[in-house]
Amino acid sequence: MAFFALIGREVRLAWRQGNSSAMAVTFFLVAVTLFPLGIGPELSVLARISAGVIWVAALLSALLTLDRLFQQDFEDGSLDLLALAPMPMELIVLAKSIAHWLTTGLPLVVAAPLLAVLLNMDSGGLGILMLSLAIGTPALSLTGAIGAALTVTVRRGGVLMPLLILPLYVPTLIFGVGAVDAVLNNIVAGPNLLYLGALSLVALALAPFAAAAAIRLALE
Amino acid sequence: MEAHKLTLQGRGLACVRSGRPVFSGLDFSLHSGQALVLRGPNGSGKSTLLRLVAGLLVPAAGSILWSDASIAEDPDEYRANIHYLGHQTGLKTALTVAENIAFWAQLYGVEAAVEESCARLGLARIADLPVKYLSQGQQRRTALARLVAMPLPLWLLDEPNVGLDDFSNKVLQDLMAEHLASGGMIMAATHTELGIAHAAVLNLPGGSMQNSGAR
Repeated sequence: MAFFALIGREVRLAWRQGNSSAMAVTFFLVAVTLFPLGIGPELSVLARISAGVIWVAALLSALLTLDRLFQQDFEDGSLDLLALAPMPMELIVLAKSIAHWLTTGLPLVVAAPLLAVLLNMDSGGLGILMLSLAIGTPALSLTGAIGAALTVTVRRGGVLMPLLILPLYVPTLIFGVGAVDAVLNNIVAGPNLLYLGALSLVALALAPFAAAAAIRLALE
Repeated sequence: MEAHKLTLQGRGLACVRSGRPVFSGLDFSLHSGQALVLRGPNGSGKSTLLRLVAGLLVPAAGSILWSDASIAEDPDEYRANIHYLGHQTGLKTALTVAENIAFWAQLYGVEAAVEESCARLGLARIADLPVKYLSQGQQRRTALARLVAMPLPLWLLDEPNVGLDDFSNKVLQDLMAEHLASGGMIMAATHTELGIAHAAVLNLPGGSMQNSGAR
């Protein structure tokens, strides 16, 4: 009950402040649109790089919204109050990560096919692109929560956080793109998807504890 | 109300912040219906002591006892008794006054008396307004409404009357008096007069620099 109240509050805040969802999706659209402009309108080249471009843009737009995950609460004092609430900090981190995924990860999954068409991806790859993003993006929100927690007291954490977190995103990127490329080349995508799922589950199991420990340190 | 049995004690508390001792050998005790006012110059550790008692900081030495059990033994159980109001109000500016109050009660799994608390703090007419449109004093009152909407026995207040007008100050005094009368406890840091009758006073000696010889 309290857990869902926190998710509800986070989603409502993201919606009211009108930045995180809209900003992530807009950034995603703009970043992907730059590639055809930069590389040129050669359809075969665009189709070849489409999966990679979309996944990289998804990573970056998730990062863009993550740095405020705990910082706003830290600055206005509500992180103190959350720490005092009769709810373990691990669950608070989990609730905020879920809310982050709902407000940024999920919109990216929905927007991805549109961009895939823009990049001339074969229509057979659209389904697997959405599926791989749906399985992989929770790992982005959860792992990102660790970075957001570690940089919560750093004023310019927006620069430091990607340096900490992007290396941890590499496996998700590799298997995410691998799954889409596999289907486009008529190979089974199963193993890639399983690894992608495993990465999200590992993040689910570990990230709340790591981020909660970092926040407790930050509040001292 | 079982709150009548409650006690809060600090024994030999010491705190070190970034290598510098803030205070040491500090004792206090507080029981149901009692208030403890913390006084001392800037930097003497009033806010630090409140954060220690809230369990947000861990003391370098000494212990804090809640009803004769150290708070380190069952911190979750202990935390559920505390209202902490620091310098920052913890309000979300995009949410309305009522939503802000209701959220914290939901997090504690209790029914919030949102309307009553708003009426009490003179916020009834602006309850549906996002907090960002409120003045500093009104935001402060919203933060106080949280204490009223959800009764918890121990109030830790860090300069609660900052930015309040005469009317709100009077309301705050009444609220504190009622809280004490119903068996609650208050620990408040202040530089001005809070208007609590029969409050015990804990004077924190000097700033952190002068106190360094105490250890």
